[in-house]
Amino acid sequence: MNINATILGQMIAFAIFIAFCMKYVWPPIMQALEERKKKIADGLAAAERGRHEQELAEKRAQQVIHEAKEQANEIVAQATKRGNQIVDESKDNARVEGERILTSAKAEIEQEANRARDELKSQVGSIALAGAGKIIGREIDEKAHTDLLDELVSRI
Amino acid sequence: MASETITTSEYIKHHLQNLTFGEKQIQIEPGVWTPSGDWGFATSAEEAAKMGFWAINVDSMFMSLLLGALMMWFFRSAAKKASAGIPTGMQNFAEMIIDFIDDTVRGSFSGGKNNLVAPLALTIFVWIFLMNLMDLLPVDLIPMAVAQGAAAFFGADPHHVFFKIVPSTDPNVTLGMALFVFALMLFYSFKVKGTGGFLGELAFQPFGKWALPINLILETVTLLSKPFSLGLRLFGNMYAGEMVFILIATMYSAGVVLGSFAGLLQVGWAIFHILIITLQAFIFMVLTTVYIDMAHQEHH
Repeated sequence: MNINATILGQMIAFAIFIAFCMKYVWPPIMQALEERKKKIADGLAAAERGRHEQELAEKRAQQVIHEAKEQANEIVAQATKRGNQIVDESKDNARVEGERILTSAKAEIEQEANRARDELKSQVGSIALAGAGKIIGREIDEKAHTDLLDELVSRI
Repeated sequence: MASETITTSEYIKHHLQNLTFGEKQIQIEPGVWTPSGDWGFATSAEEAAKMGFWAINVDSMFMSLLLGALMMWFFRSAAKKASAGIPTGMQNFAEMIIDFIDDTVRGSFSGGKNNLVAPLALTIFVWIFLMNLMDLLPVDLIPMAVAQGAAAFFGADPHHVFFKIVPSTDPNVTLGMALFVFALMLFYSFKVKGTGGFLGELAFQPFGKWALPINLILETVTLLSKPFSLGLRLFGNMYAGEMVFILIATMYSAGVVLGSFAGLLQVGWAIFHILIITLQAFIFMVLTTVYIDMAHQEHH
């Protein structure tokens, strides 16, 4: 309980410990703590950024899907329209073709009919000539009367 | 465990005596001592007192240096391993303490950038805590071991070998620390405010320049009371705590009933003392920080 030189010894020891702590203990540990704080802060910032980017990406994906749907609808609509158009076109074509075939068929029929009539005429002429020949007999000079008959035939 | 040959009073006195090394004194007649010229350990409280200033309390110095070295080894190994990665085990513990000190110092120190205050606070808190912690060791354990050891190896009389294991119950230790803090306070006062500023603060506050003598007396007393209250507060608390442990220990020799009661008391007091130990270390640290902070503050 006496005050003695211990007080000096204690002061010196205290000073040495403080100096040691100041030089070799405090700075490295504080530096490590600061670095860790920074690391954690960076990590949190990165996570936040990641979440933000994910949100953006989701939004963008939604937009892309939306656009794709719209595009698909448009394509379907176009295709339907085009299909209808094609159907209409083929209908028109078919009608035109039908009419053309019909016309050509009619023309052919008429032609055939004309030809048949001509044939018939000539056959009627020859039959008439043969009949008249039978009636008149041999008196008729075939050569002389052919002109007559031709004239007759052309008049029919 | 008072032995049969000594009384309770002797037992208590024995426990309150430091192991003092100094110039041996020879008793000529009761109360009159003369220096012998030899150096050695005092064998009685009276002889230790007569050794004067140039003696040293070997137990206080040994324990405080041992604990201080332990503390520095612990924190130095933590500092070596310190990295920005995940801390484990003792590393975590060391960083927790340092973080706590750093927070406390930031809270009470506003004197700008100062590389000294935080390590100072750390040293004070941990060192005082460890020194106070010795109080929780059974009061007789180490002293008995040292006394028996000294008797066995050096042939000393075990009844005259003293050993106080709690350095903070030695006023030399607490006042030594407080005076060093005081020196730091003066250093920063002169450094920050300049000689004129600091002396002016002592002379012209709080009543202005017409009451200079009163100001000087008041401020000087205020200034000087800081280190002494700092050192004596810690000493008083620890000394009283140690005293209670010693008194409880004397009950062990008073039979089974009182002995068991003493056991309960000791456990109870030890648990309560954990609070005092930590609190006193914390108070010393915070007050030191505040005093150094005040040395930085300019009052005009």
